[in-house]
Amino acid sequence: MGSEHIAPVRLYVTVFACLLALTALTTAVAFADLGRASTVIMLAIAVTKATLVALFFMHLWWSERLTRLVVGGALAWLLLLVGLTLADVLTRTVLG
Amino acid sequence: MAELAPAVAHHFDDAEQQHEAATLGMWVFLATEVMFFGGLFTAYVAYRALYPGAFGHASNHLDVRLGTTNTAVLITSSLTMALAVRAAQVGAAPARIVRWLAATMALGSTFLAIKLFEYAHKFYEGLVPGPAFTYAGPDARQAELFFSLYFGMTGLHALHMVIGLGLLAWLVREARRGRFGRACHTPVENCGLYWHFVDIVWIFLFPLLYLVGRH
Repeated sequence: MGSEHIAPVRLYVTVFACLLALTALTTAVAFADLGRASTVIMLAIAVTKATLVALFFMHLWWSERLTRLVVGGALAWLLLLVGLTLADVLTRTVLG
Repeated sequence: MAELAPAVAHHFDDAEQQHEAATLGMWVFLATEVMFFGGLFTAYVAYRALYPGAFGHASNHLDVRLGTTNTAVLITSSLTMALAVRAAQVGAAPARIVRWLAATMALGSTFLAIKLFEYAHKFYEGLVPGPAFTYAGPDARQAELFFSLYFGMTGLHALHMVIGLGLLAWLVREARRGRFGRACHTPVENCGLYWHFVDIVWIFLFPLLYLVGRH
């Protein structure tokens, strides 16, 4: 039963503790004066938190290859959407 | 009460293949949700790139303490949801599945109550975009854009939460009837996937809306 892996309660609680710690960390980063780096750090923390939720709470770690392909496809299209839009917006002043 | 074994539809070889197909279908739906929220996130990123100063100032009008509290509430609700799915997977007594589902509903309702309180406060302060928008700081027009995105994104997120609560209420009713167990837990799992996805959306909304331009 490949997709029916039953994870131990301890794993869920550990992931939960990590998510709470990362939430505290991201708030601390926001109030520290790190300049432009703070946005990058906060986004990196958000991506880490989302990955933890997807892998363990949503069982992606134990999922079928086809399911991972769907997730990868969704992320690829999201990157295209954001990337191509920014390629326009961020270069407007450069190109006059 | 004996759990119902799920009927295997004729186009599936067995119950496992049917379960995998249901999971895959749920993920395909979530992929469309990624693009749905993705459009809003893209709009946010583009306008923030154009007006970083105004977005930073406007963001300071949001209450970080309430935002952080709501993040913790939602993360906790994801834990209780994961435990509800696990209870169904291991064939726990209906009462135990119901208890975790009810805890998730309570936490979800708490999130919405705090959000409602925040919205009411924004109305009171005149920060709702429209003819009544009053903003003392610089770049009022761009700040109004920030608040349009704030209400649009958190509003759609809240709508997803309301739908999630409806799904959970249905799960509670079915769990009470003893419908879920080792052989049949796909509905609990798929509602769980939806609930966790809504949590992930908030994980990105929180820093982008509440934490830009602090310090």
